[in-house]
Amino acid sequence: MILQLDGVSKSYAKAGARLPVLGNVSLRLDAGDFTAVEGASGSGKSTLLLIAGGLLAPDQGRVLIGGQGLYDLAPDRRARFRAEHVGFVFQQFHLIPYLTVQENVMAPAMAFPGEGLTRRAAELIERFNLTGRAHHTPSELSIGERQRAALARALLLRPGLLLADEPTGNLDTGNAETVFQAFREFADGGGAVLLVTHDARATAHARSRLRLAGGQITPIV
Amino acid sequence: MSLLRLILREIGRRKLNFGLGLFSIVVAVGSLVGAVAMLRTHDLRTREILAQKEADLKKAKAELEDDYRKITVRMGFNVLILPKDQNLGEFYSESYASKLMPEDYVFTLAKSPIITIQHLLPSLTQKVKWPEKGRTIQLIGIRDEVPVSHADPKKPLQQPVKPGEVVLGAELGESAGLKAGDKVTLMGRELTVARIEKPRGDIDDISAWVDLKLAQELLGKPGQINGILALECNCAMADLPKVRAEITRILPDTQVIEKSGIALARAESRFRAAEEARKDLEREQRNRETLREQRERLAAMLVPLVLAAAALWIGFLALANARERRTEIAVLRAIGMRSSQILWVFFGRALAMGMTGGVLGCAIAWIVGVAAARDLFLGQGGNESVFDIGVAGIALAGAVAVSALGGWIPAWIASQQDPAEILREE
Repeated sequence: MILQLDGVSKSYAKAGARLPVLGNVSLRLDAGDFTAVEGASGSGKSTLLLIAGGLLAPDQGRVLIGGQGLYDLAPDRRARFRAEHVGFVFQQFHLIPYLTVQENVMAPAMAFPGEGLTRRAAELIERFNLTGRAHHTPSELSIGERQRAALARALLLRPGLLLADEPTGNLDTGNAETVFQAFREFADGGGAVLLVTHDARATAHARSRLRLAGGQITPIV
Repeated sequence: MSLLRLILREIGRRKLNFGLGLFSIVVAVGSLVGAVAMLRTHDLRTREILAQKEADLKKAKAELEDDYRKITVRMGFNVLILPKDQNLGEFYSESYASKLMPEDYVFTLAKSPIITIQHLLPSLTQKVKWPEKGRTIQLIGIRDEVPVSHADPKKPLQQPVKPGEVVLGAELGESAGLKAGDKVTLMGRELTVARIEKPRGDIDDISAWVDLKLAQELLGKPGQINGILALECNCAMADLPKVRAEITRILPDTQVIEKSGIALARAESRFRAAEEARKDLEREQRNRETLREQRERLAAMLVPLVLAAAALWIGFLALANARERRTEIAVLRAIGMRSSQILWVFFGRALAMGMTGGVLGCAIAWIVGVAAARDLFLGQGGNESVFDIGVAGIALAGAVAVSALGGWIPAWIASQQDPAEILREE
C-alpha cells in the first residue's frame, strides 16, 4: 500500500457556516496504480490532493503513506517525509521563475539533500528532452517544456506517490500524451499516481477512475 | 542547489526590490558613519583651528610685546640714576641734572652682580644755545647700551648715534627745514642728520642727540655724564626700594629716581595681551564645544530616525516580496521545505541586503570621508583619522541588525503561510 485515506472528511468555514467538501472519503492506492479522480469544479478534487500530500490536515480521518500516518508527524517532519515520498505536479507548473530548468529540477534537494541527485537531475532532464534547455529559465520555455520540467522536479527524489492536479489542463495533445506516458511509466516502475482532472484524455491512460461529487468518491466503471 | 543560491538567484531576479532596500541601508549606514565622521572631523578641525589660533596669537602677542617695547622706550625708562648731590627740584624744572658723575659709573654698575637691571644707558644732557640757529635746544649725548655682564645679551632699546651724526627732535628738524642726510653745523661741528624723530609732544621735540664723546667735548665735560637710564626687568613688578637699594649699594654717590608707571604699564599691557589671547582661545574652544554639542544632538536625533525608517522600509519591501512570492512559498513547501527553511530564504535575503548595504555604505562613507578630509585639511594626514574602522564595523553590524529587524516579521509571516490555501486559490 502506498496511499490510504480512511474516512477523511473536510469542510471549510464560509460566512460563519461550515461548507463540507469531503465526507468520509476512503481511498487506497497501491504500487502500480494510476488513478484519475474526476469531478466538477469546486467538488473538492484539489482538497483531496492536498490532504493526500500532507499539506492540508483533514477534519476527520487518517492519511497513511507507506503505512505512516501523515498527520501524526510534526509539521517539519511531515515536510521532510513529503519531500521523500510525494511528488507534486500542478496545472500551472509552479516552476520557480528565477531558477533555470536544472535548478528547478534540483529544488527538492534543498528539502532533502542526498548524494547523486545532480546526476539524477541530468537523467531526468535528458529523459524529458530538456537537455538543450537545462540552463534556461521557465519564461524561456514552451508550455510543454515547463510541464516536463515540473514533472522532472516531482520525480527527482524518487517518490512513491505522485499527486497531479490538472497537469494537462494547459497542454496540447502531444505534450499531454508525454505527461500521461510519464505517469504510466512511473506507475509501472512501482509508484502510484493520483491524478485529479477534467481532461477526458486522461481516461485512456488511467488504470482506474473515480468520481468526486457531493463530497463522496465513487468508482467509474 | 542550496538556499544561498536560491536567495542569490531571487535577488538577481528582483533587483528593484532588493536595490531599494539596499539603498535604504546605504543611507542608514552612511548617516551613521557620516555622523561619526562629522564629529571626528569637527574634533580634528577644532584641534587645527585652536592650534592655528594659538600660533597666530603667539605671533600677535610677540608683535604686540615688541610694539609695547618700542612705545615704552620712547616714553622713558624705569629708573634714572643721578648724582647724589643733584637737587631734584632743579632737575624736574630743567629736565636735566646740573651735577655730574664719572662715566665709569655705568661700567661699575654693569660689572656688578645687580639683577634687577636689564639695560644701562649713560647720557650727558644739557640745555645749550645752538649758535648756528640762534635758539635753545637740549643736547643729549648718548652711547650704545652698556651690557650687563652677568645677564644674557638683550636687544638694545635705543639705537646709539654714530659719531659725526645727529638725531633731531621733530620740532627742531621741522623748524630748520632739515631732513635725514642733510648736513648741519652744531656748535661749530659739521654733522649729518641721521633722522628726524616723530613728534612726541615733550622736550624731546627740541632735543638733539649726538654721540656721548662729542657731547662731552662740546660741553667741555670729558668722561662725565649726568644720568644713567636703566630699565628694570620686564616681568618683575619689582619694588623700587629694592632696585634703589641695590644701585646705591654699588654706587654710593648716586640717587635713584623712579620713572614708574611706564614699566608697570608695559608689564600690565603685556599681561593684558596675554590675558586677552587666553580668553580668546577659551572663547573659541567654548564655541567649538557648543557647535559639537549641537552636532551631537542632531546626530543623536537623526541617526536613530534614519535607522528606524530604514528598518520600516526594509520591512515594507520584505513584506511586498513575501506577498509577491506566495505561490513560490507554497510550492517550496509542497516539495518538502520546512517552515524554518522558508524563514531563512527570506531572512537570509534581508541579511544579504544588510551585509551588502553595510559594505557599500561604509565604502561610500570612506570615499566621501577621505574626500571631505582632503577638502577640509588640504592634506593627506586627516584621511585615516576621519574614517574609523571600528565605527565601520559597528555600522556593518548595525546594517545587518536593521535588515534583520525589518526582515524578520515578513520572513516569519512567509514561513507561516498555509501552502494548501495558496494552492487551492491557484
